[in-house]
Amino acid sequence: MTKKKMFFSSRQIFIPIAALILLALFNLAVDPSFFKITLGHNSAGDPVLTGYLMTILDYGSEVAILAIGMTLVTAACGGQDISVGAAVAIAGSVILRVLVGIGGDGTLQAPILVGFLAACVVSMLFGAFNGVLVAIFKIQPMVATLILYTAGRSIAAWINNNELPIVTDKTFTYFGGFIPGIPIPTPFFLAVVCILITLLVLRFTTLGLYTQAVGINSSSSRLNGLNPEFIKFLSFVILGLCVAVVGLIKTSRLSTINYSVIAKDIEMDAILAVALGGNVLSGGKFNIMASIVGAYVIQFLTTTLYKFNVSSDALPAYKAVVVILLVVLSAPAVKDKLMSVIKKQKGVG
Amino acid sequence: MPQSWQMAEAPDKAAKAAGLGLRTGDGCRQEKSGGKKMKKRTLALMMTAVMTAASLAGCGGGSSASATTAAPAAPAASEAEKEEAKEEAATEAAAPAAAADGELIKVGIINNDPNESGYRTANDADLKAMFTEENGYDASFAYSLKNDEQITAAQKFIQDEVDYLLLSAADTSGWDSVLQDAQDAGIGVILFDRTIDASEDLYLASIVSDMDKEGETAVNWLAGQGLDEYKVIHIQGVMGSAAQQGRTGALDAKVAEDSAWTLVTQQTAEWNSEKAQQIVQSVIDSGTDFNVIYAENDDMAKGAVAALDKANISHGVGKDVIVMGFDCNKWALQELLDQNWNYDGQCNPFQASYIDDVIKKVQKGEAITEKTIIMDEKGFDATTITADDVEKYGI
Amino acid sequence: MKENAVLEMKNIHKSFPGVRALQGVDFTLCKSEIHALMGENGAGKSTLIKVLTGVYEKDEGEIFLDGLDKPAVIRSPQDAQNLGISTVYQEITLCPNLTVAENMYIGRGSAKLTNWKKMNEDADRILNNLGIPAKASHQLSDCSIAIQQMVAIARAVDMDCKVLILDEPTSSLDESEVEKLFGLMRDLRSRGVGIIFVTHFLDQVYEVCDKITVLRDGQLVGEYVIEDLPRVKLVAKMLGKELDDMEEIKDDTQVYKGEDEYVFEAEKLQSDAGIKPFDFHIKKGEVNGFTGLLGSGRSECVRAIFCADKVIGGVVKIKNKVVKLTKPLDAMKNGIAYLPEDRKIDGIVGDLSVRDNLILAAQVLRGPFKPFSRAEANRFADEYIKLLEIKTASADTPIKSLSGGNQQKVILGRWLLTHPDYLILDEPTRGIDIGTKIEIQKLVLKLASEGMSVTFISSETDEMLRTCSRLVVLRDRKVVGELSGEDLTQSKVMETIAGGEAS
Repeated sequence: MTKKKMFFSSRQIFIPIAALILLALFNLAVDPSFFKITLGHNSAGDPVLTGYLMTILDYGSEVAILAIGMTLVTAACGGQDISVGAAVAIAGSVILRVLVGIGGDGTLQAPILVGFLAACVVSMLFGAFNGVLVAIFKIQPMVATLILYTAGRSIAAWINNNELPIVTDKTFTYFGGFIPGIPIPTPFFLAVVCILITLLVLRFTTLGLYTQAVGINSSSSRLNGLNPEFIKFLSFVILGLCVAVVGLIKTSRLSTINYSVIAKDIEMDAILAVALGGNVLSGGKFNIMASIVGAYVIQFLTTTLYKFNVSSDALPAYKAVVVILLVVLSAPAVKDKLMSVIKKQKGVG
Repeated sequence: MPQSWQMAEAPDKAAKAAGLGLRTGDGCRQEKSGGKKMKKRTLALMMTAVMTAASLAGCGGGSSASATTAAPAAPAASEAEKEEAKEEAATEAAAPAAAADGELIKVGIINNDPNESGYRTANDADLKAMFTEENGYDASFAYSLKNDEQITAAQKFIQDEVDYLLLSAADTSGWDSVLQDAQDAGIGVILFDRTIDASEDLYLASIVSDMDKEGETAVNWLAGQGLDEYKVIHIQGVMGSAAQQGRTGALDAKVAEDSAWTLVTQQTAEWNSEKAQQIVQSVIDSGTDFNVIYAENDDMAKGAVAALDKANISHGVGKDVIVMGFDCNKWALQELLDQNWNYDGQCNPFQASYIDDVIKKVQKGEAITEKTIIMDEKGFDATTITADDVEKYGI
Repeated sequence: MKENAVLEMKNIHKSFPGVRALQGVDFTLCKSEIHALMGENGAGKSTLIKVLTGVYEKDEGEIFLDGLDKPAVIRSPQDAQNLGISTVYQEITLCPNLTVAENMYIGRGSAKLTNWKKMNEDADRILNNLGIPAKASHQLSDCSIAIQQMVAIARAVDMDCKVLILDEPTSSLDESEVEKLFGLMRDLRSRGVGIIFVTHFLDQVYEVCDKITVLRDGQLVGEYVIEDLPRVKLVAKMLGKELDDMEEIKDDTQVYKGEDEYVFEAEKLQSDAGIKPFDFHIKKGEVNGFTGLLGSGRSECVRAIFCADKVIGGVVKIKNKVVKLTKPLDAMKNGIAYLPEDRKIDGIVGDLSVRDNLILAAQVLRGPFKPFSRAEANRFADEYIKLLEIKTASADTPIKSLSGGNQQKVILGRWLLTHPDYLILDEPTRGIDIGTKIEIQKLVLKLASEGMSVTFISSETDEMLRTCSRLVVLRDRKVVGELSGEDLTQSKVMETIAGGEAS
């Protein structure tokens, strides 16, 4: 009985971990050097760890951070925010606008922290805009966020008057690269910080319970004294915060921005991470850690495909295969069949 | 003579234009949203850019009334004349009637989204700087990266009875019928930056970059570096685009014919720096050796360099890896000047003066001798580039 | 097979992991008979029905049908339907956005679907024959629940069914609607249909049924002719013990003897749900009720008190102080608790565990920055699972997998955990087995004796008469009377509901 209980309670995170193990085994079988990590130095002379695994930690962290907010939005609203990529462009643009300004020469006009905080505020405002559309005006999340999805990149370009500011200050590269002396990519630390904060928030507030209750049964939640509109609104604002962090990482990587391609299609990866984490896309119960593992699984897949020289325009096709597998496996009919097969196996053995 | 027949129509058309007054298209609204101050600034900036570019490229800005546009040099570059000459071209096409003196020439400009790239931003700013009221134009702009939306915009411009339709098509096909409509309505079509799959009769002129030539120039330069072995990471643009095809073609041909040249990887990063970074990162992670990065635009080259920096692989003049980019963004040329990169191929975005020139000619009733006008473009080498070049050619 | 039998189930066994749901159950249904299938929740009624309709596959046993030599093979609901076994479930399983006729013919051969005119005519004829007051061309969602129920039956009847299974069809109907349904059932009986009737309402069983089969804990207790089994004995058979006389429960319990303090007073209270402004008050330790036909506005009244609907007028006093209540949380903070009428939509949070469902309201009251620790939550859960005898595998079990009665107990526990001064229970006993019903009634009286004020609403008048000391009567969304003391009799209530004083 207890064993069974354990199995069921940990079942959700089991899905992405199984996928991770599968990918790892595949790489181990084909080319074990995939797991090689070497300590080298970057051009600034600082120690850095390199290798495929580090690349996964580095790039997977962006999606992982977004997956936190996306999981909450999904759980509370039963829909997804597709404007995340455009919002990242806006956040990045705000950071550069504050740090360099229009027509600046690349030197910092303000502390990086100020730029980041400005991006946080703006991102949360845009999150709030989506939140109002979804929570108050009861527009379907995908339709509501379609507005920002369409307009976001133009807004981002407008913020910097269509110029492409470049930050020349070295410290700005730390956020998407390495902090001198620490050989692990900074985005991973940022992701860890975001995850820790999230876990603390979930531990010391009732956000988790409220979000799930609203996502499962909004009417019942209201009669239990909750304000479903506010909870939904809040989830979008939190996602806005995640977006600001990713905006910082993205702009830091290259010290500049390209409005039309920055964080392109990242929303799809974030949604896929949520789905991979076994969260129900129509809202309700969620498991943020599972989403985060899902995010790294996606990057694991991407990196593996790059390693095998799969053309990058073919990547979406592979992701599509993953989605199909997921959807099919999580379909109730298939689940029941699998369960009965497992049961029979156990019965025989 | 068709020319005279069109002239006969002129008063009627001019009257119409006057009666309709100044109508603004969608594009204008978008422009205004940027704010007045910003507009002025961009304008001034781009004016300078246009001036320098036009005079240096040695191709004329036409007999514009504006004092800011200099260099009334010979229209159409000399090299263009050497190529296939189509003498009677202009007479076949339906050139619109000239507006009466003092009347503004109405142009509808369909372009790609200026946010697409630095190239497009410069291109759009150049057009906006040229087609102003001071220069005798009443311009409306429409932007889209989608062909069907562009066609819709074109139909709208035809309804608005513009005099000229300037088009940078998102896609090469699907334009025949709408351009036919334009011709029937007596509207002159001028293509810029991109060609289309339609009869040459449907447009007055096409002002383009020769992407194949850009590729050849770059590959020839690379071959001239005299390396024993060329192990190239080739980062491509969006597959199927003219720039990608031109810039890839030359390299592919060279790799096929010369055994010393190999492609370590050939991947599209879709003009996206982040993807380029990941592609190069993947090659570095795999431990494969390489000594050239041939990126089909500056953004992707920048992404690639970021990956190199992370792995402490030296790049630039006299270093381990040769870095090549395209488009001549100002920051990219600066990288050349700093000797971090080795080569940058120009893709001239300043077509406005060429277009102006064509329109002026048609208005005067002169014949357009060349349908396809190829713009002058060059490649920059880090060892020879000067600070002046960065200012002059950077976009 | 027995003479006259249309259906015989023999020695049916069915096990689920950990549960032996049916153990050698026999069941026989004759032509022209209405046969009640009785038992507490979990006795195996629905499992037996699902085996019969092909939803579950039986582990053992045989099913014989009239006109078949061999045991019938039923692997899917489609098989069951083809063999003439039709089912109408408690929840309407039709499509509300289609017309009545479309609902009657959907999924039954394409020929009829092509000819719309004929389909409507056929449907109208059948509805007419059965005396169902519905038009074939009406959209189903425009019809009342009762009519929808009847349309579902009409659909079943038209499929030439020999066996009609009605699974709790009356739980959402008011009395006049129930009467209509019974009329229809009797009519079908006279046409030779065998009807299996599953219900919790004892009165209804005695009103319409011919035979009763009682199940308990997956086993057959016995089959009885209705005349041979008085109510008390039936209840005893279902529970497996002699029940203390139901009529007596009120007298057994203590009455609250504290101060006479008004806990809640409202003047000209009005909500946007369309009820007329009404006055209401309740004292400490009092149990009152709102009664009236379904749709008379009794639920809307209590929803207005709890601010579940938007309050648009009136003055509210809590313990003699005027307060402004605008949302449920305000009411909760003032010690009001509300168990809603529709458990599925307004009550449970289906995917959440029993524990989370239990602590939800208390947690909201405590505030978002003071979550209950895991240990506290577990303690509460264990306490209330024990106190209310909630049957659940564990506190981690999602509430949706509990039976209706146990779900209701969890919701009740949720509100008790907030320690309210004033508890509103809207239909707490609907769709619940008789044992639980009595437990809940007893609990209500016990709570009142300890000083809690309770409003108790039920469709079963006798249940309210047993528990309430005062009844507010509503008709057409308006309070039309108040009964207490001597007036608390079935007939007086009926009279007031029917509008005796108006005529």
